[in-house]
This record gives sequence, C-alpha cells and structure tokens, in this order.
Amino acid sequence: MATVTYDHAQRLYPGSDKPAVDDLNLEIDDGEFLVLVGPSGCGKSTSLRMLAGLEEVTDGRIRIGDRDVTHLPPKERDIAMVFQNYALYPHMSVAENMAFSLKMAKVPKEERMQRVKDAAKLLDLEEYLERKPKALSGGQRQRVAMGRAIVRQPQVFCMDEPLSNLDAKLRVSTRTQIAALQQRLGVTTVYVTHDQVEAMTMGDRVAVLKDGILQQADTPLNLYDKPANLFVAGFIGSPAMNLLKAHNVDGHAKLGNIEVPIDRSLATKAGGDIIIGVRPENWRLVSEGEGIPVKVNVVEELGADGFVYGTSGAEGTPDEVIIRIDARRTHRKGETLYVTTDPAKVHVFEAESGLRITG
Amino acid sequence: MRADATRGSIAWRVVRAVALLAFAVFFLVPLLSMADFSTRVVGGTGRTAQPWENLVQDPMLRSSIVTSLLLALLTTVLMLVLLTPTMIWVRLRVPAASRLVEFLCLLPLTVPPLVIVVGISNVYAWVSYLLGNSPLTLTFAYVVLVLPYAYRSLDAALGSINVVTLAEAARSLGAGWTTVIVRVVLPNIWPGVTSAAFVAVALVLGEYTFASLLNFETLPYVIGLLGKSDAPTSTAASLAVLVLASLLLVALTFVGRDNRRESRRDKPSRGALT
Repeated sequence: MATVTYDHAQRLYPGSDKPAVDDLNLEIDDGEFLVLVGPSGCGKSTSLRMLAGLEEVTDGRIRIGDRDVTHLPPKERDIAMVFQNYALYPHMSVAENMAFSLKMAKVPKEERMQRVKDAAKLLDLEEYLERKPKALSGGQRQRVAMGRAIVRQPQVFCMDEPLSNLDAKLRVSTRTQIAALQQRLGVTTVYVTHDQVEAMTMGDRVAVLKDGILQQADTPLNLYDKPANLFVAGFIGSPAMNLLKAHNVDGHAKLGNIEVPIDRSLATKAGGDIIIGVRPENWRLVSEGEGIPVKVNVVEELGADGFVYGTSGAEGTPDEVIIRIDARRTHRKGETLYVTTDPAKVHVFEAESGLRITG
Repeated sequence: MRADATRGSIAWRVVRAVALLAFAVFFLVPLLSMADFSTRVVGGTGRTAQPWENLVQDPMLRSSIVTSLLLALLTTVLMLVLLTPTMIWVRLRVPAASRLVEFLCLLPLTVPPLVIVVGISNVYAWVSYLLGNSPLTLTFAYVVLVLPYAYRSLDAALGSINVVTLAEAARSLGAGWTTVIVRVVLPNIWPGVTSAAFVAVALVLGEYTFASLLNFETLPYVIGLLGKSDAPTSTAASLAVLVLASLLLVALTFVGRDNRRESRRDKPSRGALT
C-alpha cells in the first residue's frame, strides 16, 4: 500500500504551447479512493496515465510512497490499470487474462492459480474462468478487467472510466460494488470519470479538473457545500447550481430590483459585482409578489422529488432557473412561481475572478 | 405464391449450378489438359509417368525445385522478421510514420518488375561479389516484391485489434516491450501473419521476371527453359506448382476460417493458467 503524490506535475504535448496537465499538486493517502473528474479534455485521463507511466511527465515529479516514479517504465511502478474498453486479451481465456501479470512477475503456478481463483470468487467469475472475453457480457468483461488488476495486488489501482461502457442500470450497481471492493482491499485508487454523480458517490475525495488545472480537491460534501469557484459550483451537483449575476448592496444581492438575502459577513468582503449561487433544493416558494418570479417551462417529476425548469424575469439571471419542488405538488407549464432563499444557503462568488468568497 | 417461390428457387438453383459448372470448367479444364499432356507418350499412344519422374530425376529441375522452395522459405522468414516488428512498432510508437511505411511497402506494386530488375541489377553485382553467386541471393529482391501483399494482410490484422490499448494494458500489468509484442500483439494478428506468409510463398514460386533477367535457375525459370526442349516435363512442373499454390490458398482460407470459428464458439482453451 502506498500514498501517491503529484508534485507540480506537468504534461506538455510536443507541438502544443498549453500543457494538457499543468502544475498538478495532489496528495493521495494510503488506501484512499480519489476520483479525478472534469469535462472531456480537462486532463483527468492524462493525469492518470502520467501516474501509470503511459504518458510522459514533462515537469515536476510523481511519487508512489517514497519512490520517485516520474521516469520509471510502467512495469516497474507496481500499479494496475483498468481501461474503459477493458483491453482484455482476446486470445486468452478469462483465467489467463487474470493470471497475466502474475506470469510476468514469475509467480509460481500454484500461487497463480490460487490468486486467480480468489479474485474470481470475489468477483463472481468462477464459472467463466475458461471462457474467452468475447463470450462474456459487458458487465462480466468489466469484472474480468477488475479481476486482472486485483490479482496483481498492486500498490495503486488506476481506473480510467471503467464504467462508461456499461448501461445506466449496471453502472449504478457496479459503482457501489467497486467502491465496496476498494474499501475491502484497502488499495490506494485513482479513478477517472466524467460523471460527477459517479465521482460524488464513489470517492473519499474528489479532484475537479478543468483545462489541465486542478480546481479543487476535497470530500464530496465539501465540494457540494463549499465549491471553491464558479466552475466547481456549476459542475458538481445535478441538476446544476443556479448562478445569478447580482450587485452587492448593503448585505443584499440585488438582481435588477429584486433582493436576495446573503450572509452579512460575506457581503462585507465582496465587491460590487458578484455572482450568487443557489442550489435547486435551496429555493423556497413564497407568495406572489415576493422574491424572484419564475415562469415554468418544464416540470420533471421523478417520484421522489421534482424539478421545475423556468425562466426568471429578473435581470442577470440565466435563461434557466432550476427549482426543486415537492414531487406531489404539481405545477403547470406557463405558471409563475415566486421563490427566495435563505442567506446561509447562498454561495457568493466574485464576478471577475469567479472565486468563492468565504466568511 | 408458393409455386412462384418454388419456381424462383429452382431457377436460382439452376443459375447457381450453371455458374459453378462454368467456373469448374474454366479452372479444371486447363489443369486436366496439363495432366493429360504431361502423361502422354510423345508421338505414340499410351501413358507415361516419365515427365513426372523427371521432376525428381532431372538434376537441373530438381535443384531448381529445391532452390525455389528454399527461396520461398527464406523470403517468407526475412519478410516476416523485417515487416512484422516494424509494423507493430510503428502502430505503437510512431503512428506518424505509418503513411511513410505504407508508401514504401506499396511502392513495388507500382513499379513494373522489369524496371525494378534493371534498377537493382547494379546492386546485384555487389550482392554477388559479397555473398557469392547463389540463386538464394534472390531472397532480397523477393522480399521487396512481396512487401505490398504482406503489408496489406498485416495491416488488416493490426487494424482489427486495438493494439495501443492492449499494449498499454500489458505494460501497466508489468510487461516489457518484447513481451507485449510476442505475447500480446502477435497472437492476435496471427491470421494476418500466416496469410502474409502464404502469399509470399505463392508469389515466390511463381516469379519469373527477376530470376530470368538476373539469370538464376529457379523453378519458374527452368520450367520456361524446359518448355523449349521438353514440353511434357515443363508442363508437369507447371501443374505441380499450380496445384501446390492452389493448396496453399485453400489452406489460407481455412486458417482464417478456423480462427474466426474458434473465437465465435469460444471453446475453453487447453492452456489455461499455464
């Protein structure tokens, strides 16, 4: 087991003047499950591949435990990678696939078979050991890919969107299985996904990247409750946080001539132009004439809760305002709702830098 | 309706039978005629096996057969040794060079053999100077000749698997480059490798221009020579080469088919965990 440290790590592709990953500093604890998340092209996969040794590190260092692995070839890093398309060897049976790394490490046959059997039992693959990957379903292949990594007993698991090729339902059940498995094995894991729900549900900590730059790395709840900047605020949470342009006028955020209350201590620190963020569930319906008027465009009824997508008349608000509503209270399209929020639940960001203002 | 369908299917069957028959006649009549001619007693009646016996008894013919078989073997081996690792390496490490490699490999196809021979005859002066005047030196020219065909089949095989990801998976699981190529990539492109080999063998056994212009006594060259003095023996040799090449091609289709079938059926492999 080991910690993983990115120390000012950079990846600059030849012929490009902007690094794909720039000045990445990240400490991952022993046994921690860290999720790298971000939109496509943000450098999350590149960061993972740098750790795995499949991508060159052009500046800075990467350490696994106390070992500097920056320029070591992948085979000497003691990691195991799980790929999005699984990359199982088509010419080998499931058992041979899983035993591959042990064969490379010249583990005696007896032990090899035992370890493959143990992993197969763990992943419910025992009856498929003699099959070729082609004869397996997507979910089974995914488990074989996991098994191949587990059998190696590496210091670090590197997982590159391992659930993206599964259908939605299987993805949800597999993600809890992977998280549980990781907890049981206690192996440090770096997991890449573009799906923020996956990131929030699986990670001990989540690192959000954008344009090759780390935006914030924190526990899922902290990311949700205290996003460090506008990007994280908009990226984490589904549906997304409502971000509204406003002016800071004596402890209130003014959107046109409508006032939204914000925390006093924040108001004193903020400049004139601010952006306030309100999660869909933090809106409160008020009686007509108070708060922000929102014209209902679409109502999503999900059973447990519902969401209203509407347009607000207030100046500075985006095209769409999302409000979580009681699922059993129906709102019709075209209806106008009036909403407000509580000061403690309003996130305040500097308009210019996009940074969060903290109290 | 049913009558129509039956009539349609009967008509279809007839068309199929006629087409098959036409093909069979087209292919078999020349072969049978050759067999007939090569076993006929010249200027008399009855049958003789003399021309076929000549294949092993005539010293020139026999040595040319050995030469051609050796050439086929050497060419195939050299071509595979040169081309397979190169193409895998290009796919894995320098994909930017793939266009250049493709161009170079396909080039011999666009230049007429005659032109190539005239071009390389000067080079061959050096080859004979350094390696002696053995017909086996033709190997070098033949490797160039078979490049386009071998390239095509290897390229198709490499294109059908995700070489890069497979290699990355192997490397992250502790394999070095040699292991990646030998144990992960090669087994998956094996059908392509075998078909490249078969095509090379077939091409070498039928090549005439190079050998005749460079004056090496390979089988096709000797067949041509014999055609002028001993037509039945020459025909027997031609027939033997034709049959051998056809068998190779049939074997080729079966190699491919077996592989496909195996992967579809996915029978448990014997060597699990070994």
